Amino acid sequence: MKTHYGNYGGQYVAETLMAPLKELETAYEAAKTDPSFRREFEELLHDYVGRESPLTCARRLSEHLGGATILLKREDLNHTGAHKVNNTIGQALLAKRMGKRRLIAETGAGMHGVATATVAALFGMPCEVYMGAVDVERQAPNVERMKLLGAKVHAVSEGSATLKDAMNEALRDWVSNCDDTFYVIGTVAGPAPYPEMVRDFQSVIGREARRQCLEKYGRLPDEAIACVGGGSNAIGLFAGFIDDAAVRLVGVEAGGKGLATGEHAASINGGRLGVLHGAKTMLLQTDDGNVIDTYSVSAGLDYPGVGPEHCHLHDTGRAEYAVINDDEAVAAFEALCRFEGIIPALESSHALAEAIKRAPKLGKDKLLLVNLSGRGDKDMENIMRYKAAHPYSSRA
Amino acid sequence: MNNRIKNCFSKAKSEGRGAFVAYLTMGFPTIEASERAAEEAIANGADILELGVPFSDPFADGGVIRSAAYEALKNGVTLSDVIALAERLRTKHPETGLVLFSYYNPVFSMGLDAFARAVADAGIDAVLVVDLPLEERDELLSRLRPYGVGFVPLIAPNTPLERVKESEDGIGDSFLYVITVKGTTGERTELPPDLAKRLDAIRAVAHLPIAAGFGISTRAQADEVSRHADGFIVGSALVKCVAEGRPPCLN
Repeated sequence: MKTHYGNYGGQYVAETLMAPLKELETAYEAAKTDPSFRREFEELLHDYVGRESPLTCARRLSEHLGGATILLKREDLNHTGAHKVNNTIGQALLAKRMGKRRLIAETGAGMHGVATATVAALFGMPCEVYMGAVDVERQAPNVERMKLLGAKVHAVSEGSATLKDAMNEALRDWVSNCDDTFYVIGTVAGPAPYPEMVRDFQSVIGREARRQCLEKYGRLPDEAIACVGGGSNAIGLFAGFIDDAAVRLVGVEAGGKGLATGEHAASINGGRLGVLHGAKTMLLQTDDGNVIDTYSVSAGLDYPGVGPEHCHLHDTGRAEYAVINDDEAVAAFEALCRFEGIIPALESSHALAEAIKRAPKLGKDKLLLVNLSGRGDKDMENIMRYKAAHPYSSRA
Repeated sequence: MNNRIKNCFSKAKSEGRGAFVAYLTMGFPTIEASERAAEEAIANGADILELGVPFSDPFADGGVIRSAAYEALKNGVTLSDVIALAERLRTKHPETGLVLFSYYNPVFSMGLDAFARAVADAGIDAVLVVDLPLEERDELLSRLRPYGVGFVPLIAPNTPLERVKESEDGIGDSFLYVITVKGTTGERTELPPDLAKRLDAIRAVAHLPIAAGFGISTRAQADEVSRHADGFIVGSALVKCVAEGRPPCLN
């Protein structure tokens, strides 16, 4: 199994976690090639998640911009409202196969927590979710959803009380309970084999989008654009097009208040090489190697590291990584609401904002594929708060 | 290359006891106070000091050491400060074993060549990096080796004995840090019932001295562990003493 991506990735964990990681690696290798595992996974994606998700043409928005046509891969229409469930179904199936009886997860915006709590209920497994206290506050509806689904939510109040601290606490739980507990990581970060495993489970996004695009438009998109926090929805989209050299792959990082302010979550554009949560990755850190508190209007992108494969794709030039600030993301959010009747997640709004920037500069024959990774119901309160604080920000 | 760590274990053995390895978070509550605590630990019988480097994301630590690390970071304490402190201790205590205890990112961030030179210049005997298992450690070991600085590997309850042997390869003057329980650092009222058997099994394959840590907080536990290991490590219990304004010692 592949543990490194160029200079990145690896298994930088405490010794106690090496045995569980090897156990996971072996189990995943076996499951991957087992037709019954694949069948069960695909069946659940179809019958339970509601796949395949549609490819929607954002016609009015594209006309308004007067350039390329924007296509939306509608992961927001999945059960639980985001792409996260593709991965949690895969990992929960694997947990069952390995005889683990308990699921734990970290969550930022709460979408991965909800998706984990959902599959835990589906498979009848106890579930505990670690969430930064700051995120518990700003994503309260998701906390209630997790509780309804039967999960126990732990608010983590130390450190910066956000996603990275939630992940620290989940790792502490795992190291203490690894015999019977499966740690469901929500993104393509963390130690091997997680980045590869999560990529594989999310690659359904790119595979479907590629086929749908070919069927409907008789050609591939010119660019595939997705937001990047840890980077699971982006890597899932990219996976479908990685061998199509003509398709530009564009990741979009959260610029927060702007790269120059230091208040952002753009690890590739604003960080330097480091090691966090088991992987060598581009990391937002101080000169002496402590991890910096990140900032973004979108809780789901608020992570100081990034999946190692993204760092490698950036180095090789196969993918490019842009930065979208809070104000641009919020403007894109509003634009999609009004032009298309779709309320996107603030995370996905970053990808959309990049497409909105690019579309007018491109000819009408060009296709921009945007991964609409989640829906924005969870962000209502955030948006209200943001607009109250920035009354003149609306551009839609 | 000196053999200070080896000598610490030999000396304890010749005195019919296990070597006392004391962990303290450096910079907690301040650099000066932690330096004093280190001196007191030596006065209280510590053969080897583990100098803990505070890190923003101490995911392998229990509450006591985490709180100490956050407090030290609030005071702006860095890896360089801890290395400088080690150098002062070295001047005053030529016999005491000094182990720098860190997460990998601060070390990596300093630059591995610069780090190796700095710890060697400071007279640090060995380095322990929590999140640097066998699979990933070569890039650091290859830098430490030319300076004769050792590397302390962690041995977990679920580490196979074959891997214990591999862990000893090429690590210089050092010992094996045997983790007694699956979990984070911190005091425990009871050590696992099969610990003695596990320590005996590890000692049977190991060439280097072994020291057991995690959960040891009393003299009785230390004595018990010393019957099956060459030394014992006390961390959280000592950091707690410091937090309460007392000299670090075993009860």
